[in-house]
Amino acid sequence: MPVLKEETVAIGSDADVVLVRQLVRRRAQELRFSLVDQTKLVTAASELARNALEHGRGGEMLLQVLQDPPRSGLRLVFADQGPGIANVELAMKDGYTTGGGLGLGLGGAKRLVNEFAVESTPGKGTRITVTKWH
Amino acid sequence: MDRIPILRMGEFLLVTIQVDMHDQLALTLQDDLTAQITRTGARGVLIDISSLDVVDSFIGRMLGSIASMARLMNAETVVVGMQPSVAITLVELGLTLHGIRTALDVEKGMALLRASAAGRRRA
Ligand SMILES: Nc1ncnc2c1ncn2[C@@H]1O[C@H](COP(=O)(O)OP(=O)(O)OP(=O)(O)O)[C@@H](O)[C@H]1O
Ligand SMILES: [Mg+2]
Repeated sequence: MPVLKEETVAIGSDADVVLVRQLVRRRAQELRFSLVDQTKLVTAASELARNALEHGRGGEMLLQVLQDPPRSGLRLVFADQGPGIANVELAMKDGYTTGGGLGLGLGGAKRLVNEFAVESTPGKGTRITVTKWH
Repeated sequence: MDRIPILRMGEFLLVTIQVDMHDQLALTLQDDLTAQITRTGARGVLIDISSLDVVDSFIGRMLGSIASMARLMNAETVVVGMQPSVAITLVELGLTLHGIRTALDVEKGMALLRASAAGRRRA
């Protein structure tokens, strides 16, 4: 699938989580996503960026602008080299958290996008890919 | 900016969130509000989020803990001005702001706080 544009944002602090939100918002606006779809994707990005920061010891987001006429889409890949997720199915459940959170990030992010994939290897890291189409 | 200003309006505190908050800023606001409620004996807190174009689980959780802490100090919290797109997204995210009262705008939120404070005085 043709990738029109690609950019990366490092996620090392909570200021970077704000940068992630801003970049995703800007690209979603440029693709003329509806306001609700923009907000859903930015919210999912915020959850996944914070997970990479808090649970994955930091990482990065790769953003791709996809062209699949007549559709266009945004794909976000969050990658970290943290401890990984031992049981992905469990981690996806609403309310499951190993921190002090609400455990809504992963399950919620999945509901807010069109495609969602987790690859995680304990001890190696986690890679979560989400796509929203317009 | 490393602090969100808190305005005092009679027996209420008013906070207008105007920036895309990073997490530390949200935590500082929570601490500042608790301190202000203690110092002023405020009966209510009004938080205007009409400029926020995204509320994720972290900010949602912060709003919830502000409301619970305020309640312990006998102050009511009302969140006003949530954008419709934010409200729709929160539902899908699965975040229920239970225990938080909401109103459409600052004026309606103030009316709610006044009524609630008057009710508690009578009680
Ligand atoms: N990138 C990651 N690396 C390692 N573990 C992760 C990662 N992302 C999520 N997890 C694990 O999955 C659990 C669930 O994540 P989720 O985002 O749903 O909830 P949370 O981050 O704990 O709380 P919330 O997002 O509601 O504040 C986390 O508590 C953590 O154990
Ligand atoms: Mg999370």
